Amino acid sequence: MSVTDEPAATGAGGEEIGVPDGTDRGTGGPSTAGPAGSGGTRTARAAGAVGTFADERFGASRIVRGFARKVFPDHWSFMLGEIALYSFVVLLITGVFLTLFYVPSVAPTTYEGSYAPLNGQQVSEAYASTLRLSFDVRGGLLVRQIHHWSALVFAAAILVHMFRVFFTGAFRKPRELNWVVGVVLALLAIFEGFAGYSLPDDLLSGTGLRIASSILLSIPFVGSYLSSFLFGGEFPGEAFIPRLYTIHVLILPAVFVLLISAHLFMVVLHKHTQYPGPGRRDDNVVGYPFYPVYLAKAGGFFFIVAGITTLMAAVFTINPIWAYGAYDPSPVTAGSQPDWYMGFLDGAARLAPGWWEFTAFGHTVSLNVLLPAVVLPGVLSIVAILYPWLESFVTRSRREHHVLDRPRNAPTRTGLGVMAITFYLLLLVSGGNDIIATQLHLSINAITVALRVLVIALPPIAFLVTKRICLGLQRRDRDLVLHGRETGRIVRTEQGEVYEVHEPIDERERWRLVQHQAHRPYEPPSPDETGSGNGHSVTVRDRLRSRLNRFYFRDRVDPVTPAELAAAQASGHGTGPGHGTGEGRSTEAPSTEAAGTTTER
Amino acid sequence: MTDDDRRDAVTPQQRQEPDSGNAPAVPAAGPAPAGEPEPPEGQPVPDRFEDPGLPEHRPRSTDRDPRAARRAEFQVAALFSLSVTGTLLALAAYYTVQVEDDLGVAELLGRLRLSTLLLGIGLFLALFCVGAGVVHWARRLMPGEEWTEHRHVLRGSDTDRAEARRILADGAAESGLGRRPLIRNTLVGALALAPLPAIALLRDTGPLPEDSLSRTFWRAGLHLVRDPEGGRIRPDDLVVGSVVHVMPEGVDEAEHPLEERAKAAVLVIRLDPEDLDQESLGGAHEGIVAYSKICTHMGCPVGLYEQQTRHLLCPCHQSTFDVSRHCQVIFGPAKRPLPQLPLTVDPEGYLVAADGFREAVGPSFWERG
Repeated sequence: MSVTDEPAATGAGGEEIGVPDGTDRGTGGPSTAGPAGSGGTRTARAAGAVGTFADERFGASRIVRGFARKVFPDHWSFMLGEIALYSFVVLLITGVFLTLFYVPSVAPTTYEGSYAPLNGQQVSEAYASTLRLSFDVRGGLLVRQIHHWSALVFAAAILVHMFRVFFTGAFRKPRELNWVVGVVLALLAIFEGFAGYSLPDDLLSGTGLRIASSILLSIPFVGSYLSSFLFGGEFPGEAFIPRLYTIHVLILPAVFVLLISAHLFMVVLHKHTQYPGPGRRDDNVVGYPFYPVYLAKAGGFFFIVAGITTLMAAVFTINPIWAYGAYDPSPVTAGSQPDWYMGFLDGAARLAPGWWEFTAFGHTVSLNVLLPAVVLPGVLSIVAILYPWLESFVTRSRREHHVLDRPRNAPTRTGLGVMAITFYLLLLVSGGNDIIATQLHLSINAITVALRVLVIALPPIAFLVTKRICLGLQRRDRDLVLHGRETGRIVRTEQGEVYEVHEPIDERERWRLVQHQAHRPYEPPSPDETGSGNGHSVTVRDRLRSRLNRFYFRDRVDPVTPAELAAAQASGHGTGPGHGTGEGRSTEAPSTEAAGTTTER
Repeated sequence: MTDDDRRDAVTPQQRQEPDSGNAPAVPAAGPAPAGEPEPPEGQPVPDRFEDPGLPEHRPRSTDRDPRAARRAEFQVAALFSLSVTGTLLALAAYYTVQVEDDLGVAELLGRLRLSTLLLGIGLFLALFCVGAGVVHWARRLMPGEEWTEHRHVLRGSDTDRAEARRILADGAAESGLGRRPLIRNTLVGALALAPLPAIALLRDTGPLPEDSLSRTFWRAGLHLVRDPEGGRIRPDDLVVGSVVHVMPEGVDEAEHPLEERAKAAVLVIRLDPEDLDQESLGGAHEGIVAYSKICTHMGCPVGLYEQQTRHLLCPCHQSTFDVSRHCQVIFGPAKRPLPQLPLTVDPEGYLVAADGFREAVGPSFWERG
């Protein structure tokens, strides 16, 4: 019933304007169509008045009609981006609270507060105010811990969301630019997290800044100038914390809000992607209407994310700055670890051998710092940003893609993704090489050398293994379609033949397994058979495309065709005796005619 | 756009009709992807399977059974009530668990932990239960049927495009940008130059680096004092194998003490002189050597000394330096040895610097040479 009440609540019954009844449903109850003032309850009349006011000021009725019933598909993996979004909201709310107490200044002050061990010590205002906020503001520590945990969750959710989008091919046309916005958001999240980590001016954050300044110093030509301008002179200086504060609480959040708005706007404009399944096509979207179902689910999920982050903050201590002490450039910081999202860069810096630094023409080039800390993240981002165009160059697909790929149906892409994850995780592990060494009583040198080898050797292996697994899964799908499900029922015929009965799968389940289009290797057009009629010769571009195409699609498993299923059933394999040996056969080289066969290298 | 959306939204009721309206069930209806083989001529079997369409909606127990719906309603209400309890718990914790000034450290941290825990759990219940309740409500009681909405290709129609092209061309012609190159060129010039002052204004964010990276507070005759406790050091204070963190005397009275400390930090180690190579002995005093504590990789304090192997380890990225061999890098990402501070003693027998550092300490930079 709440549904039929809805139009009344959203502005049915302007005196002059016939406000739409139940928008899309077209079945709005008669109670909603009546003009306001002709009756109804008091709340309905009040809601009508609000609706009329809003409508006559900014055309609210049209907005409600256009957007309230927009359809959003449902899947657990679509909630990853939501987690990131809601963590960001939690960060904004808790961050505002923190600004009420935090003092962005490194002016020396004497700490006087509840924490006796530091009482009377000369520390910076930033550190003292963070201590006060933790000890003397009730709930201050909780909010600080919610803020920090949210930041960790934010970065993690972005990363996992990004890989979901990658593996399902959601970055394809028309969403390439939204992917780019996402990559930029991921990068900014790292910067923003690092800026926040550095603000308390405790021993760990100061060490992090020291490293940041050395990274700046490593940049050829301008490094020492950059560092001097940013820090307002020598490290650590007095200018940097206030500047970082402005970046952390003003500039980057503004950019975040802008980019997140663009991100979400594009989601609405493109309508959300959907997983393949019966009735889900590239020209429709199947799901729940935004209002009220999706609004409730998404809104409720915000509270769930906020609640769980709060629970983490309540139970697990994070960044106990009082235990580290104020920043001082000289004390030892054994086992110092950055927040996890910086870990892969830290790990890369640990792996880079010292001999990468060299001196030429009176200048020092620290490739041992520059490559892992500047070039690596730069190259990774550029590759990520360009990937959608790389893939569309290879596939020559110009159409819009709204139905997602099952990762197994894009074995090469999935392999590349797992390769990237392997590389990333190895760097992350390298960032904890000292922890591993002390925990497992191993030689740090042996671990580092091993990781240097693994970080090069393991990703390609991960690629190959993943691709094989994908192809295997595709073959299993074919098997399921052609022969049905194993029932475990063994039958002996009169002739003495023994077989297991296979149960055919229903057509909806089958559709999920056969709906995808298998790409075929692209042959550069030969002059005599150019479909476009230009008759131009084979260009370098064509050859490159052809080579990449072979890399992507040489190994492939085509979905079962009706003809194949008919053949399988005719030969008695269908629901009768078990596994045939006919399908899944391998043929040499990409023979494009052999539709529906498995082609392998 | 919104008009079209409205027209195309298919309600669940409509969807029940076979292939209603704009919902062709054949997937190949969409634009065929490149590389898709043409269906062979005159073949009775279709090339691809057909999309069987959305499955029948299966009503939930709450749709079929009013008692189940009632039960779900109670569950949602119970979750919301639990949220209220959480809010009350948080408020109670806020007012009852106080962190007072005069507590011992252990008690203070315990009280802080209790306060954080109770407040946090209250807030968790308050938030989480609202979320869980609303989601449960949506899943069990709001309509469970999926809707179908049509998608349109994003590009405009050919008419739209032609019209847009015409408008843009007309506007450009009306502005006269093409016909009046003088205006265009001067505008480009003006816009290109206008940001220059903004860049220039950033100049005063910091001084030029000059030789600041190569200078330290150390100079000949400056006493070594322990850090942080202070106090000059006699060679006799140091037994073989001992290590002392050292700053130059008077560094805390410098104009920028933190900046000076960040460059001047030194480790003093006493070794058996026989364990030192010739190079190290140059700046050593009776086997006592002093090396910059600032890592030549990324500037962390190299503070972990291993007495048996006489290795110094940087805790940040594990660069390892061999003290007996002039602090050469023997492992890790650093390239250069830690610079040595030459030592001697003053007439009263205290350790002093024989000279400043002969090279820049800390991480590498372009002008370092």
